[in-house]
Amino acid sequence: MGNIHKLSAAVAAISFAAAASAAHADEVRVFNWSDYIAPETLEKFTERTGIEVTYDVYDSNEILDAALLAGRSGYDVVVPSTYYFTRQVKAGVFQPLNHELLPNLDNLNPELMANLETIDAGSEYSVPYMWGTNGIGYNVERVKEILGDDAPLDSWALLFDPEITGALSEAGCGLSMLDSADEMLSPAMAYLGLDPLSENIDDIEAAGELIASVRDDMTYFHSSRYVSDLANGDICVAAGYSGDVFQAAARAEEAGRDFSIGYSIPKEGAALWFDMMAVPADAPNTENAHAFINFILDPEIAAEITEYVRYANPNSAANEYLSDEILNDPAIYPTTDVMQNLYVQAEKPQDVLRARTRIWNRVKSGR
Amino acid sequence: MKPSRSSALLKRLKLGRRAVIAFPLVWLTLFFLLPFALVLKISLSEAAIAIPPYGPLLEYADQTLHVFLNLGNYLFLLSDSLYIAAYWGSVKTAFIATVACLLIGYPMAYAMARAPARWQLLLLLLVMLPSWTSFLIRVYVWMGILSNSGLINNLLIGIGLIDSPLRMMNTQFAVTIGIVYAYLPFMVLPLYAHLTRMDNSLLEAAADLGSRKINTFIKVTLPLSMGGIIAGSMLVFIPAVGEFVIPELLGGPDTLMIGKVLWEEFFLNRDWPVASALAMVMLLLLLVPIVWFHRYQSKELAS
Repeated sequence: MGNIHKLSAAVAAISFAAAASAAHADEVRVFNWSDYIAPETLEKFTERTGIEVTYDVYDSNEILDAALLAGRSGYDVVVPSTYYFTRQVKAGVFQPLNHELLPNLDNLNPELMANLETIDAGSEYSVPYMWGTNGIGYNVERVKEILGDDAPLDSWALLFDPEITGALSEAGCGLSMLDSADEMLSPAMAYLGLDPLSENIDDIEAAGELIASVRDDMTYFHSSRYVSDLANGDICVAAGYSGDVFQAAARAEEAGRDFSIGYSIPKEGAALWFDMMAVPADAPNTENAHAFINFILDPEIAAEITEYVRYANPNSAANEYLSDEILNDPAIYPTTDVMQNLYVQAEKPQDVLRARTRIWNRVKSGR
Repeated sequence: MKPSRSSALLKRLKLGRRAVIAFPLVWLTLFFLLPFALVLKISLSEAAIAIPPYGPLLEYADQTLHVFLNLGNYLFLLSDSLYIAAYWGSVKTAFIATVACLLIGYPMAYAMARAPARWQLLLLLLVMLPSWTSFLIRVYVWMGILSNSGLINNLLIGIGLIDSPLRMMNTQFAVTIGIVYAYLPFMVLPLYAHLTRMDNSLLEAAADLGSRKINTFIKVTLPLSMGGIIAGSMLVFIPAVGEFVIPELLGGPDTLMIGKVLWEEFFLNRDWPVASALAMVMLLLLLVPIVWFHRYQSKELAS
């Protein structure tokens, strides 16, 4: 379903850009991911600051990227993921943040922020909104039924070992991968013991071959369809975004299914990502944009959003407002051991980007 | 009538004619030619990390006007078999879907045209009515019908015909079904229009001369409805080649179609120039059948 939303969101974004009128003194225009904020957050912001919020959503980085690169998006705050963000900075999309207007910056977790040094040193252009991981969502009962109790739930072998994927698919348990070169080739390299961020074409080829060896067992490559299919039982192992898998788990529970959905961060390493709040260079309401970012950095607000969307926030001061259930869930706040194996996807040169897309396309279409 | 008045009338007529021509002309210029020129321009520029993400075609510096025409994007399309395979996949899928539409649509249109006049309006409505619901919803419904836990599989398992679900979703088969279903009305309507206009006395004459029904159909009805067959086939084939939504929703890993590849160039590689070059080539590819159809039509009009 993703791309349809993407398409309509693109049209909406472009028409919005065209209609974007002159700045309002008491307005801020926010463009954020869908289902990514608590229901009362925006009201509280308006109550506290008197600034009205125009809130639009997208469901893929690509849509936001196209809107930003076309220029004059009309938004004051946007929230791209790290690997799109770096390239956008280079293209001159964002303006430097005024730290004087962001007193809540001190709340950020310094250990976590160290991961962002190569992305945006000293928060010059951005402040992380939420963060998460990409791992494996699985149907606990089905997988154990087929592979036994010692199923390698904490390993990419669940998706990359032909023996395992063969056994799963033969038993009628559907498998899926995200339709993204970045999101799948890097884990494949990690599984092979290579640097998941390698820009060496041979490494990328090796990852492609690994995926090609299990390709026929995949039901599909898609970046959002697995959410409902995991919940329905149509798919039983899926590479996925942490929050999406949690959503599938919640849906399966609501529907009273006779199975449950688990999420694991594979031990070989997995992607750690951040969504970054940033202000476009041509934002009509710069000051209000800062007010909004500072508001999100408020520990109570950050905690409230995390409780609702089940994504971790980078705000160490927010921990005391979080429920134990969330704070102690290793799928949301991974243990330090697991954290050490996570990698942050960085921007790649055009030829590497193209090589990855090309290899990915070849693997996917089985040529 | 005085000469002066008639010339004034002539003038007004000319003005009116011009206005009538001007409207579609302005429309086409604004909504076809201009976007086309923009895409052509981007396809000749170079990708850049900037806003917008491509370089300029003209640059004025040191009293010299520099013109940059980058043909590299087009050459690049030849360097990787992916693009040719994707074009081929699209044309193949569209062709199969067009033939299927014709095979299903012709009997439908024929039956409609032969039905009693009071039924025809109702039948026509039945063909068009489904398109009153959103296209997207109708494609989603097919997901519900074809999926492993969908209507067909549940039914077949329920009556004990099969044990494990047939895999129909996420295959080329599902894509073809989706396209045939979505575009069938575009085949039926022009065929119906041609078939109802057909002169019944020709069929009577054939019967009087002892021609059998099959023979009459092949020698009279079919040639006379050729215009409808071609028009319907164009209306199905052309949009099906560029189809993006149906393969995206119903297709599987082996569905390789140009719409999706174009999307990837634009959004994943963020290479607007190559994406534009892909679109230009697709347009050229589609021009061939359009020009052919146009020539057929003018020949038919002439005769």
